[in-house]
Amino acid sequence: MSYTIDGTTGPWELVIGLEVHAQVISKSKLFSGAATDFGSEPNTQVSFVDAGFPGMLPVINRECVAQAVRTGLGLNAQINLVSRFDRKNYFYADLPQGYQISQYEHPIVGMGTIDIELESGETRSIGITRLHLEQDAGKSMHDQHASKSLIDLNRSGVALMEIVSEPDMRTPEEAGAYIRKLRTILRYLGTCDGNMDEGSMRADVNVSVRKAGEAFRTRCEIKNVNSIRFVMQAIEAEARRQVEIWESGGEVTQETRLFDPARGETRSMRSKEDAHDYRYFPEPDLLPLVLDEAWVATLKTELPELPDAKRARLMQDYGISRYESAIFVMEQVTADFFETVATGRDAKQVANWMLGDFFAALNRTGRSIENSPVSAADLGALLDLIKDGTINGKIAKEVLELMVETGEAPGAIVEARGLRQVTDTGAIDAAIDQVIAANPDKLAEYKSGKDKLFGFFVGQVMKAMAGKGNPALVNEALKQKIGAPAA
Amino acid sequence: MSLDPATVRRIAKLARIRLADDEVPRLEGELNAILGYVEQLSEVNVDGVQPLSGGAQMAMRLREDAVTDGNYPDKILANAPDRIGNFFAVPKVVE
Repeated sequence: MSYTIDGTTGPWELVIGLEVHAQVISKSKLFSGAATDFGSEPNTQVSFVDAGFPGMLPVINRECVAQAVRTGLGLNAQINLVSRFDRKNYFYADLPQGYQISQYEHPIVGMGTIDIELESGETRSIGITRLHLEQDAGKSMHDQHASKSLIDLNRSGVALMEIVSEPDMRTPEEAGAYIRKLRTILRYLGTCDGNMDEGSMRADVNVSVRKAGEAFRTRCEIKNVNSIRFVMQAIEAEARRQVEIWESGGEVTQETRLFDPARGETRSMRSKEDAHDYRYFPEPDLLPLVLDEAWVATLKTELPELPDAKRARLMQDYGISRYESAIFVMEQVTADFFETVATGRDAKQVANWMLGDFFAALNRTGRSIENSPVSAADLGALLDLIKDGTINGKIAKEVLELMVETGEAPGAIVEARGLRQVTDTGAIDAAIDQVIAANPDKLAEYKSGKDKLFGFFVGQVMKAMAGKGNPALVNEALKQKIGAPAA
Repeated sequence: MSLDPATVRRIAKLARIRLADDEVPRLEGELNAILGYVEQLSEVNVDGVQPLSGGAQMAMRLREDAVTDGNYPDKILANAPDRIGNFFAVPKVVE
């Protein structure tokens, strides 16, 4: 155990479990035909079912069920062919029914696993306890009016998957890696967009601390943490708080807490005092959900290649490193982009360019690979220009910058700006003569044994040629003129 | 199984029902009578019988994923005690 919190009584280890709420990608809601788009006008995507009007009955959406099954299959989890819905009762202004339809005792998906990879390169397997389907609540806004909270029910009834992990994580890093990996899998599967900013993925974090070898101590639940960074910060803040309580002779009480990112601390949510008394009972408006085994099998055959398999294949097929491959598979579009460029080219060189100048250019311009100013075909064409000797590597970097700026094809840029590599030895010799004439002192030093000045001359010649000299030819010609360095 | 007055108050609180003190003993008696009536079911031997979640032994019907409803905020808000624009307005919830 590498990560511990050091208290006055010695080291404490952390026990972390996560409940991730992932909004299902579907056109309509879990139990009604209202739309699910984000950011629509308030209360326009609401049916009488979602608003909890009396007498309205839920009818389940087949696609939401399919999405839950796909996710379960993607998590190597058991699919329960019979599952049931229950009512989880609580009062809140954005929950018009007065209960949430959820799955308590019989979830649609059972035990599964996610393999996470840590900075150290170590891999850990984190258990998934279950995945169940449930309705989302509406949205409350508390900061728009002095004495009122505003309620928008557009999100009310949208399908959520609650994905519960085992208490298998021991460090904030592992929790971060778990959420990132889960997010990647969901995005590959197309079952959740994983957008934490828009709230389509939110995490409840369970944290407790203990001395090495002990059984679990009391945990606290930190609700609704909406970024990976905050999850990691909340875990550490909460663990420190618990260590302090235990060490000062107190006792941690099980409760629901909120993380305040501005203060970097968690605080008790008094409104949730009764939160664990949900008085679940079977949902009388819904029959058991029974899945056809053949249908599940069909969904399984239609699953896309998932990140772990893709990474292994990229390493195998293209001979790139585990690290490079791991970065490419984080997003499907990145892996697709890489494969498009690398097919028929030097994959190692493609990887270097993408991870280097290309990603740097995206970062600098605030673009992502989806709206990249440089297409995969154009990046490939640029590498082809290096390969066939039209331009050298240094000029290629400039051309890439111009491609990012203008969106033009590399060939056109090279022609229009006269960036072709100069292989004419006459021109190279002329540039060398000019540099030698301008630097008699440096030449003397070089001749008297200061070998590393050779690099200076290469640089000056390239500069004189506006970077367009063929580096191999320049080196060769220089050796002829001033003599090769001794080393 | 028998409820004490504290449990009756707790159930009422969870259900957001305000009870006057003199209502508690009466409700305690009524609730205990209901529980006693239902508890007769525990006399039935259900060894080896699968739990039943409904009267009809059939599976749930599923609907296709299509947008067929919504887009009537005025109807949704028609009974709202208070509104601001197209939002429901409720007494401020302090967290």
